[in-house]
Amino acid sequence: MAKHRGRGVATINYPIGMNLGGDPSQALVHSNPTGKFTVTLSSIDLGQGMKSVTRQICAETLGVPVEDVFVDTADSDTGPHCMGSFASRGTHRVGNAVMMAAREARAVMMEAAAEELEVDPADLETDGRGAIHVKGAPHRSIAVRDVAIAAQFRQGRTIAGRGIFLVPLSDVDAETGEMTPATCYAHACFIVEVEVDDETGDVAVLKMTSAYELGRALNPKLVEQQLVGGSWMGMSHALYETPEPYYPDTREGPRDFNEYLMPGPGDICPHDVAVLERPASDGPFGAKGLGEMCANPVLPAVANAIFNAVGVRVNELPITPEKVLRALKARGGAVPARAR
Amino acid sequence: MKTPVQFRLNGEDVAAFAESGANLLDVLREVVGDLSVKGGCWQGSCGACTVLIDGAPRLSCLTLAESIAGRSIETAAGLRRGAELHPLQIAFMERFAAQCGYCTSGMLMAAKALLDRNPSPTREDVVEALGGNICRCTGYEPIIQAVLDAASGDRRRRA
Amino acid sequence: MFELRKDIFADERDDNLKEIGQPTQRQDMLGHVTGTSTYYDDHRIAGLLHLKVLRSPHAHARIRSIDDAAAARAPGVKRIIRAADVPVNLNTLLSLIQFGKDDEPSLANDIVRYKGEPILGIVATSERAAIEALGLVRVSYDQLPAVFDVEEALKPGAPSVNATYPKNTFEYHGKYDHQKLRYGDVEAGFAQADVVLEERYQMSPIEHAPVETNGSIAVPDTNGRFVVYTSTQALFFSLDTAAKINAVPSNQLHFIGGTVGGGFGGKVDTMTEPLVILAARLTGAPVRYRFSRHEEMQFGAPRGAERIYVKDGVMRDGRIVARKVRAYFDSGAYTRLSSYAVVKCVAHIPGPYTIPNAHADVYCVFTNRTPATAMRGFGVTALDFALECQMDKLAVAIGMDPIEFRILNAYRDGDMKAHRREAKNCALIECAQVAAEKANWPLREQFRRMSSRIGGGADRTAAGVDRSRAPTPAAPARTAAAAPQRVAYERPAPPAPTPPPARGAPPPPPSPPAGSTHGAPRFSSVFGTRRR
Repeated sequence: MAKHRGRGVATINYPIGMNLGGDPSQALVHSNPTGKFTVTLSSIDLGQGMKSVTRQICAETLGVPVEDVFVDTADSDTGPHCMGSFASRGTHRVGNAVMMAAREARAVMMEAAAEELEVDPADLETDGRGAIHVKGAPHRSIAVRDVAIAAQFRQGRTIAGRGIFLVPLSDVDAETGEMTPATCYAHACFIVEVEVDDETGDVAVLKMTSAYELGRALNPKLVEQQLVGGSWMGMSHALYETPEPYYPDTREGPRDFNEYLMPGPGDICPHDVAVLERPASDGPFGAKGLGEMCANPVLPAVANAIFNAVGVRVNELPITPEKVLRALKARGGAVPARAR
Repeated sequence: MKTPVQFRLNGEDVAAFAESGANLLDVLREVVGDLSVKGGCWQGSCGACTVLIDGAPRLSCLTLAESIAGRSIETAAGLRRGAELHPLQIAFMERFAAQCGYCTSGMLMAAKALLDRNPSPTREDVVEALGGNICRCTGYEPIIQAVLDAASGDRRRRA
Repeated sequence: MFELRKDIFADERDDNLKEIGQPTQRQDMLGHVTGTSTYYDDHRIAGLLHLKVLRSPHAHARIRSIDDAAAARAPGVKRIIRAADVPVNLNTLLSLIQFGKDDEPSLANDIVRYKGEPILGIVATSERAAIEALGLVRVSYDQLPAVFDVEEALKPGAPSVNATYPKNTFEYHGKYDHQKLRYGDVEAGFAQADVVLEERYQMSPIEHAPVETNGSIAVPDTNGRFVVYTSTQALFFSLDTAAKINAVPSNQLHFIGGTVGGGFGGKVDTMTEPLVILAARLTGAPVRYRFSRHEEMQFGAPRGAERIYVKDGVMRDGRIVARKVRAYFDSGAYTRLSSYAVVKCVAHIPGPYTIPNAHADVYCVFTNRTPATAMRGFGVTALDFALECQMDKLAVAIGMDPIEFRILNAYRDGDMKAHRREAKNCALIECAQVAAEKANWPLREQFRRMSSRIGGGADRTAAGVDRSRAPTPAAPARTAAAAPQRVAYERPAPPAPTPPPARGAPPPPPSPPAGSTHGAPRFSSVFGTRRR
């Protein structure tokens, strides 16, 4: 009886947004009288960071510091329609809507600034620190705050913008499945190292190594959060979780967290992540999305690592110790593959 | 039938009328109005409702409200001293140790109980202390790191 | 460890940005660490009533009678809500985008189709009073035969689960019980293949298990409106669904949410909002409907289980020449969103690989279990499990390194995908190269030099492509290989390449479908190199 180590790999891609499109999101952006901006949405932040990423997109597009923007969501009386936070669509769909709204607001802001500085709006640029100046002449400058005051109290302009992003709904062919499912895809390669105990069937995940391509990491800390948390969920799906352990037999289903297994803080392992950025032509600053696909490659990578370690294939999830032991018994014991 | 219960909550005297049989979680949230305490399972299996009772981490959903008369309760709402954040709160922020944030209050209190009794915990100590708290978003690593950071930060300040 | 590989694809990006790319603190983080983020249940509302629901103990049964007289008299009970009280008691979630037929009642009328299906609601002054009153309701049932296996459900004589879809399958295009994918000729591919492998995979159902359970609170507002605090993942989706079921104009509902304690797909189905609004309308009082953990775990919609059969044909040189998939999505008793996921699954076949012959039939099947719904990776997670386990087995079968095998077959810019759209913006190869490098997983030189971009590999022209397999005019992209090639990023000096396993000359690739830009040429470029 022994413990055997093995490595497994999986490579995947993932479509961004609802399949076939037809899932719009809207955004509103407006300035208060002293040049602080509000983004108004009906999109949901369920932990993925919707408020934060749309805030950065708005600040970048407006050309103001991120501290000067706050995102208000979600109130159906004030926030315009959003399809919802699912299908890895938030960053791509809502982000684009926010960009469009921020561009419109920025155009008014630049016109108002031009009127104050008595120049052409096309000659102006933002410095990203709260001021607008003539290109090549930083001393001919006006604070965004003063632009907003002027727009509101002297010029009678609304520094505001509306945005919508819609990938038009496409059809699917009944006979061939021809369709336009998505406009862009994220990618990943995931390598996992496991240790399999051939006496207990227990599988320990020792190390994860991954490379994800996401278009653009709009906020690398938020990307890291999702990838690290998502890989934990993938490991959990691979080895632990099920409400029906003997599916399709419905008996023995867990009813609460005492019976529904997930890896705890003592079951995790180091995860070495690399992020690649190949911008999507229609993503906000090239960004795609990662909320869902971060978990997907872990499941097969773990299964493949178990094969590499002990030579058995378990084709049914989750790969519980019971299934590993049954497979080992059928195989006549562990047969480690050539080391990787 | 309601029973009056007096206790200390985050250093303040509190008096509340609790339904007989009511749990501390419901009394804190719905009678006293401390919404920092979260309910996730109401049966003692997720840790979201963790509070400190006389310094020890306890699941408020399994604690009879009547049993805390005269005792001292700490919740996440009391971690901050005025505008100053607790070192654990700072460390959780710096480590991006929350996503949806729903388990965070319970995590903070479980961690505070640990650091209050063991200012220099090992990683294993932290893992042990957080073992009763479920987080579905982060994969735990940022939370473990945050607790270790807060502990070492405390040591640096004392040094 | 976390690293950004800014060196890769740098020529496709403008990195001159100020806020984008910064590790800015989350807007909501201070709220999270101080316990002040406002979730749906963090509102103190005077006079709040509580809704709890009676659920079926049977997977399939006819309701003979319901006696709720004792419950109605129980302490604290304000109102019993019966099926007849629901204004529009049949709905399907995707009716908002005109996909599928209404098939699911909010409260069961005469038949219960899964264990846990809501039958009746009780509104009381406390959750406890509501739960105690539920225990006083007497329901008598005639049990009906139930079916739990997706393939059993498709057999003649299987119990019919869903009255709207009596044959136990969702209907596609008004005529099919599945969604098809047809690309090339898989049978010809199998006939030609050196190795054919068929395997069966089974995904498990999964519980979303957000730490905050599903719930909502409806509060009668002035002017006849209702403020609804909700844990939904999709504010207007839930609002419009609730308006439809309650037969009220959408502007009578004012939904507030946006700060949600985890979802993962489990808070899309609008399981609490329609009934809690109805309860508030019927009582004139604010009402909360909050899932217990037990309800969330057993009766909140889980990730559905998929059963997937994959049959692949592969050549000894590493090319996959045919892939055939037959998959069954277990939708549970009602459609919810599984019908949609089936099409997403079909779009994903044959995975991120260029395979000239692909074929799939994917079914959305009704069984007598809790309706399934979206979860992280919906429609794709199980397929990725099946396909990537399959890729590993194929690599073993032909004696090839599993990463090199994937790189060889990876889709690249300009390839034609099975759903007949040209691939662009691909990066699978680069991900594989970076992950392998980080994990010290040795790849041979030619695989380290391949690229997802047009042309496919830095050595392509230099190594001398077999021009007889040069791209057809339908694929001009391939002939653009003379364009400057790019080594994606600096790599450490390659280890001495291991000698490739002995191989015969690769057989000619199968004919791609007319108009396809998929082609074998890039493979011959690789193996052409080896032959020399």
